[in-house]
Amino acid sequence: MNGTETHTLVATVADHPGVLTRVASLFRRRGFNIASLAVGHSEEPGYSRMTIAVEGSAEEVKQCEKQLYKLVEVVSVRNLTGAPAVSRELAMIKVRVKATERPGLAEITDIFRGEIVDVSKTSMIVQMTGAQSKIDRFLDVITEYPIEEISRTGVIAIARDDVGPRNGRARG
Amino acid sequence: MSATNGQSTNGSTAAPGTPRTGGEVVCDAMLAAGVDVIFGMPGGASLPFYDSLYHYQDRIRHVLIRHEQAAGFAANGYARATGKVGVATSTSGPGATNMVTCMANDIMDSVGVVYITGQVARPAIGSDAFQEADVTGISIPITKHSYLVMDVDDLPRVMSEAFHLASTGRPGPVHVDIPKDVFLETTTETAPDQVNLRGYRPSKVGNARMVRKAAEVINASERPIIMAGHGIDISGAAEELLQLATRGSIPVVSTLHGVGTFPETHPLSFGMLGMHGLAYANFSMRQTDCIIGLGTRFDDRAVGKEDEFGPGAKVVHIDIDPAEIGKVLETDVPIVGDLKLTLQKLLPLIESRDRTPWLDQMNGWRRDHPSLKIPDSPDSVLPQEVVRAIYDISGGEARVIADVGQNQMWASQHFWYERPRMFFSAGGLGPMGYALPAAMGVKLADESQDVWCVTGDGGLLINIQEFNTLAAEGINVKVAVLNNAHLGMIRQWQEFFYEGRYMGAFLDNPDFAKVAQAFGLHGVGTSSRDEMKDAIAMAHEYDGPVVLDLHVDRVENVYPMIVPGTGVNSVIEDPR
Ligand SMILES: Cc1ncc(C[n+]2csc(CCOP(=O)(O)OP(=O)(O)O)c2C)c(N)n1
Repeated sequence: MNGTETHTLVATVADHPGVLTRVASLFRRRGFNIASLAVGHSEEPGYSRMTIAVEGSAEEVKQCEKQLYKLVEVVSVRNLTGAPAVSRELAMIKVRVKATERPGLAEITDIFRGEIVDVSKTSMIVQMTGAQSKIDRFLDVITEYPIEEISRTGVIAIARDDVGPRNGRARG
Repeated sequence: MSATNGQSTNGSTAAPGTPRTGGEVVCDAMLAAGVDVIFGMPGGASLPFYDSLYHYQDRIRHVLIRHEQAAGFAANGYARATGKVGVATSTSGPGATNMVTCMANDIMDSVGVVYITGQVARPAIGSDAFQEADVTGISIPITKHSYLVMDVDDLPRVMSEAFHLASTGRPGPVHVDIPKDVFLETTTETAPDQVNLRGYRPSKVGNARMVRKAAEVINASERPIIMAGHGIDISGAAEELLQLATRGSIPVVSTLHGVGTFPETHPLSFGMLGMHGLAYANFSMRQTDCIIGLGTRFDDRAVGKEDEFGPGAKVVHIDIDPAEIGKVLETDVPIVGDLKLTLQKLLPLIESRDRTPWLDQMNGWRRDHPSLKIPDSPDSVLPQEVVRAIYDISGGEARVIADVGQNQMWASQHFWYERPRMFFSAGGLGPMGYALPAAMGVKLADESQDVWCVTGDGGLLINIQEFNTLAAEGINVKVAVLNNAHLGMIRQWQEFFYEGRYMGAFLDNPDFAKVAQAFGLHGVGTSSRDEMKDAIAMAHEYDGPVVLDLHVDRVENVYPMIVPGTGVNSVIEDPR
């Protein structure tokens, strides 16, 4: 009980100027901690989808959901924590590497299924997509290389539909 | 004014397709919402709107207040007294920022006010133009919703949404910021027949299964208690509350805003609970086995120490705002819904039960801790006596608007309010200076009612400029100043908690009767008990606004008091 963990909230919001300010203002005012916030168009014109990673206890996050839902421009809020869902983050990491060190970093990147998207005389940019934990692990592994810059999108998430029973019978 | 272009400028019921200016759209929206008073002060950015108000003055009364804060508080009083929406207006920049306190007050107290502020013309927005301020940026966290209207064609829809949002669900302030040039442009758009906001669907009647569960819990309880909050008033559920209490023999305590939602002279009424609530109301909360919270947010001033608030009691909580349920107390039966509709479903399920042992116990506390006894005071008039005198002389029929501080507590305690919308006070934000302007709004809401503003000397000084409005508009409010030459509540806290190190608690007052006279009001000062009573009787009879500067005991304290952070056991009762 009272355990703080990161929850993933997905909200559909009207695509109005100021809606991001309202959401940010709400989080600040009520002292909810945003780990990350990603926003973009949704499947429906006029509405955006926000994925908000919030840190807090289950009760705090429940209160956060309710407060979010009270915003007139917020159409729906779902907590995907613990629900069947796919969540991904994209990170770009600029690493300082000498020419001789390139193969080493390329190998680790490969193992993590990342991509080298740019190379210069002194650095490489790695692009990494996946669950947040995978990106965190990658960063842990490459600590021997000096990191110049990290840019992360924050997590986005989408709920999975029920697959249903294996033999295709309707659920009873 | 020439009458030559008299086609659309003063038509409120514009036929569809008739061009209307932005200013006219706002006026029409007010009329459509049944609101016929607007409180405000003009300025450069809102002058086009005032030109529309000029043409609507036969249908909309504009009350020129002397500080925009008074506009917001007056609109709050109007809204609370009528159950409709109040409207306040100002110019851009300083006019709008002067109303920020009012918005924060409305959101805390769930009062529906629409704020119309002028903004600099669209091309100037963002250029640090004269009197430009990002007021919608400022108002976001203190309004239910806000709009910056950049296209006049949106305005009819925005205005109907604004009135809808302000008055439905959990009411609250809505801010509409309108650039000067949008007021001037014309549109042929009309408001939609029905407001349609996908993200806003306040619930109506509570979940049937939960309502049944509530009935089970209540029926099974030995020592239930109803905590009646502001929601009873907002939802118009006083009759249902009375039935619930009497059918189940369930005693009722109220929050500050719940005062009057249950008749206070009813044997089942146990008064207000909380920090300055009646001792017996608070004792009961410690012993109850079932708290029935109706339209209340279990505010910290009402609840005090959470672990002594109905320890072990089952909690049934009915409120229209889902975010209030479970916010403070763990709730056994959460019900989201309109109180009136939900109570109507609950009532038939409530068994009539004899709860004599519980009521005997509560009446025992009432007998042993008579929190409302006024002590003898041969040498000075006690402020409680003033409130009692207003009660007596008005036959309990006056609408009382209290300010903030000691006066607020005495006004809630020493008057028995029999109906909702008789006692008004700014409980959540607690802004001094509320009472005088709010009383103007309450009076204009229904001029047939007697309206008394009960204020401290400090709070009066915060919006004393409104004496000018009272006089100019002839608003028949009786102002009773409980003049204790102190910021009384501050003095009391410094006496109790800072060993009498008084700092910033003393007031060097002017002669308020003379000040009132200078404003053209009938002003009377009193120092003895007889003078006080005569002055109140005179004011009651007098046909017009009156200011009574009532000198009262300078160091009287409010009792009982539960020291913040301690429990009911350490309540400080009147030592006399
Ligand atoms: C705008 C504002 N400033 C400060 C306070 C803090 N405050 C609360 S009660 C109080 C004293 C009120 O004194 P007075 O109006 O004389 O009323 P009394 O307590 O004497 O009845 C003060 C300063 C407040 N509530 N509102």
